[in-house]
Amino acid sequence: MALGVPRFRRNGQGSSTGDLPTQTTQGSSTEDLPTQTTQDPSFALPEAGGVAARPEPLVGRPPAEPEGPSTVGVGPYRLAFRRLRRNKTALFFGAVFIAIVIVCVLAPVYSHDVAHIGPNVTNPTGTVNGKSVLSTSGVPIGPTFTAHYFFGADSDGRDLAVRLLYGGRTSLIIGGIATIIIIVFGTLVGLLAGYFRGVVDAVLRPLMELIWSFPPVILGVAVGTALALGGIGPIKGNSIFIPAFIIGVIYIPYLGKPIRGEVLRLREMDFVDAARVQGMHPWRIMLSEILPNATSTIIVFIPMMLATSILLEAYLSFLGAGVQAPNASWGTLISDGITYLDTTPSFALIPGAMLVLTVLSINILGDGVRDALDPRAQVKIQT
Amino acid sequence: MGRFIVRRTLSAAALLFATSVVVFGIFEVIPSYNPGRAIAGRNATPQTVAIVNKKFGFNQPFYRQYLNTMKLIFTGQIVDYQDQLNVVSEFKSRFPATLSLVIPAALIWLIAAIILGSVSALRAGRFADKALMVMAIVGVSIPVFLLGAVLLYLLAYKLTIFPNTGYVSLTSNPAQWAYYLILPWFSIALLSIGFYSRVLRSNLLDMVNEDFVRTAKAKGLSQQRVFRRHVLRNSLMPILTMFGLDFATLLGGAALVTETLFNIPGVGQYEATAIGNLDVPPILVGAMFTAFFVVLFGALIDVVYALLDPRVRLTG
Amino acid sequence: MAERLLEVEDLQVSFATEDGVVRAVDGVTFTLDRGEVLAIVGESGSGKSVTSMTLMGLTRGPNARFAGSAKLKGKELLTASEEDLQHIRGAEIAMIFQDPISSLSPVHRIGDQIVEQIRAHDKKVSKGEAFDHAVELMERVGIPHARARARAFPHEFSGGMRQRAMIAMALSLSPSVLIADEPTTALDVTIQAQILAEVKTLKEHSDSGIIFVTHDLGVVADIADRVIVMYAGRVVEQGTLDEIFYDPQHPYTWGLLGSVTRMDRDPPKRLPSIPGLPPSLIRAPRGCHFRPRCPHEFERCAEVPPLEARVAEAPDHLDRCWLEVEDKRTRREIEGRIGLVRDAA
Repeated sequence: MALGVPRFRRNGQGSSTGDLPTQTTQGSSTEDLPTQTTQDPSFALPEAGGVAARPEPLVGRPPAEPEGPSTVGVGPYRLAFRRLRRNKTALFFGAVFIAIVIVCVLAPVYSHDVAHIGPNVTNPTGTVNGKSVLSTSGVPIGPTFTAHYFFGADSDGRDLAVRLLYGGRTSLIIGGIATIIIIVFGTLVGLLAGYFRGVVDAVLRPLMELIWSFPPVILGVAVGTALALGGIGPIKGNSIFIPAFIIGVIYIPYLGKPIRGEVLRLREMDFVDAARVQGMHPWRIMLSEILPNATSTIIVFIPMMLATSILLEAYLSFLGAGVQAPNASWGTLISDGITYLDTTPSFALIPGAMLVLTVLSINILGDGVRDALDPRAQVKIQT
Repeated sequence: MGRFIVRRTLSAAALLFATSVVVFGIFEVIPSYNPGRAIAGRNATPQTVAIVNKKFGFNQPFYRQYLNTMKLIFTGQIVDYQDQLNVVSEFKSRFPATLSLVIPAALIWLIAAIILGSVSALRAGRFADKALMVMAIVGVSIPVFLLGAVLLYLLAYKLTIFPNTGYVSLTSNPAQWAYYLILPWFSIALLSIGFYSRVLRSNLLDMVNEDFVRTAKAKGLSQQRVFRRHVLRNSLMPILTMFGLDFATLLGGAALVTETLFNIPGVGQYEATAIGNLDVPPILVGAMFTAFFVVLFGALIDVVYALLDPRVRLTG
Repeated sequence: MAERLLEVEDLQVSFATEDGVVRAVDGVTFTLDRGEVLAIVGESGSGKSVTSMTLMGLTRGPNARFAGSAKLKGKELLTASEEDLQHIRGAEIAMIFQDPISSLSPVHRIGDQIVEQIRAHDKKVSKGEAFDHAVELMERVGIPHARARARAFPHEFSGGMRQRAMIAMALSLSPSVLIADEPTTALDVTIQAQILAEVKTLKEHSDSGIIFVTHDLGVVADIADRVIVMYAGRVVEQGTLDEIFYDPQHPYTWGLLGSVTRMDRDPPKRLPSIPGLPPSLIRAPRGCHFRPRCPHEFERCAEVPPLEARVAEAPDHLDRCWLEVEDKRTRREIEGRIGLVRDAA
């Protein structure tokens, strides 16, 4: 693989296609405006620049203006949502993603009522429309576009369309669980390390660095292969929770590190000092003062991590360290299909197309979300 | 400079140590891992397993096993469990193939990314920019094995322009070498071009708003000169950092998927096989190999940084 | 009469942004002659920097719209080709920026940055000649050991020295118009005085016209011949230094003057300030822009007051306020005595 799945890691550089939202958390008082205006006027978005999260108003707001509807008083997330609604591409691909999710959720219905065959039912001697699903040399049949074997068969005579939907379910579930793990623990680790520093940081940071310093695919495949042999505790080796868990843990630092940096910066800010001086409990400061200001970073990471997790699952499954037989995922289907690239290219390319479409939809939606939260990333300037 | 080298060497040693302990440790803590059984085969009798365990020292405490293994690695005598091949010589003989794959691919993606990123920034919002945006986002959404598969299907099977898989060494036949490697090169490069050019583009657009760029314009420099001398130069650093690390991990075997797919006998392919077999010695050597390159290129990039930016001083 | 360098007529600059159109400059008119120092004064975001940068074509961009006219020695700048502008920038009009730390390229030597400018306009000058000239310029603006310092990088300079280097750079081709955009704002107070002294020397020893953009009225009193006061994109008042300082006609101007400590008057009990903040330029108030903050607002203020001469004896003293001149003078005196009616909380 080229660079490992996670493209956004190095140097805190960017998400899939750009950089992380450089949050504006300083209360951008109107007095800050001038520097903006003088630098480059095409960048002078008065106030609109001060997007994402803003601390409680320590600085005076301009007096309500007499005329016209105004953006004053509209929350940053509301503004972001308004911007996202204007981004038709992001909305379209968001809809595509939802459609894919729905179709995959309905896999059992398709399997039961349309294809009349289960996802793991092998049928090497079966026929469809008078043709056998496997040729004498074992080459599976291509797409028939009929209820049976709509997308053809796999190497064991199983219905590819049924497996595609079930596989999609598996891929999405693994991606989803991994993302939840990443978001919950990444945020937690970042908050703790960044806020308490000292001993907590001294323990958490090297742990994150350690995981982070391995290419995710190599780490994932090594751990995945080992765990697939005997499982962990009550979880069997072929459970889909194993790859989900591995992927989640591998990517915790990818969120934890930026959050930690963010928190380190936020904790030095005046409004946090103010809370501290008021005698607020550290946990309360973390949850009610710091976390809300890191939320837009976290939101930006959700689609990014989901897309990346689904991709890593495909890599692991391709290398035999992810989803184990007889379960299918898009990764295992591509892996199985590549053997027949010459004779039945659809076997690998159809699951591949599904995988790419899904990940692409999430990424485009994610980019839209990022731009909505950080509109300056979009402003176009001429040199 | 001397201090820099010393400190970097020390940190390299520390990283190699940490990596080796961790990789070794991972396999120690995994409950289902039983190397003796793995070597003896699934159907081996308990007696055979016991003999194997004794022979490889799997009964010894962790630190003894670790020290033994390290000794074997640094004396070049370590063998893998699967085929009893000497791991170090295996890495040596496979490394040229990995270099053949990675260096041209990296050059393709870096040069293409600088050109495309610049074009995209200069034409921000116009067609070229949007096309690149699409390419970048598709690039991060396709796993490399799928892109490789699509290229293979289209160019090797359908159009038969390129051979399907395999490898010819550069020394035996340079033309064939390139011919066989073009598809793998582009499989690796294409996906990175989009991402790198996108990062460069956003750095460029940030840089365009810097005060000193405005000064350069105010001095009456031509647009090209402002761009080349002031904007581009300052924007290259973030991508160079990314590049150093990506390149290092690729050399260390991170190209394993591509090497497996295209059947290129590089270190990555060896590592992939070893990982599949839970064959600790090659995995361990591979991890240390990667760590070595990561440190080496980290230091090199820092030197380049210091050359490009006088504010940067070389420190450990 | 001195040569007329700049003629700006009803200049308008607006920028399209995500949230609407920002009318950054709305009808600015002025002239600049050789040897003259024109101060443009205003709060942050009043459009003073945009005005000066527009003269150099530095505000051009896909989102920018321009109207009106700005002529340099009779040549239109707003519609000039990018190539023509390149020849004007640095050679005809040069600029000193506010923040010398970020305005100099961090990765090039100071001397080389000056050489680059000289050679951008005259390829025939050899690198060595240009470098000697750069050193000479640096000496002229008071940089010690200029020859050695020319080989240093900006981060090796102190703030004041960097600004001197900026000035040296701006002077390198003896421009007709020198724009100093808040050249002292980012500096320490003591350094400010030195840089200001440098600009004053310039005024005396060169025949450039200088536009001095600032928010600091104290500085203005020191060096300006004429003053333009801007508020929220519009010129609210303009006139000679004395007219503005001794007979300010717009409540904003006298508010500004009120917030400066003056040696020639009794100190007020509290240093007054103008309450409130400037309006957003996207949704500016109808009529006079100062209206929401003005204690003297009345019905007529909903109409935009034209910029015109209202003081009979001073035909070049223009302002944008509907109040009668005598009425203004009375109100000004009262306000001066008690501080602003609505004192800042």
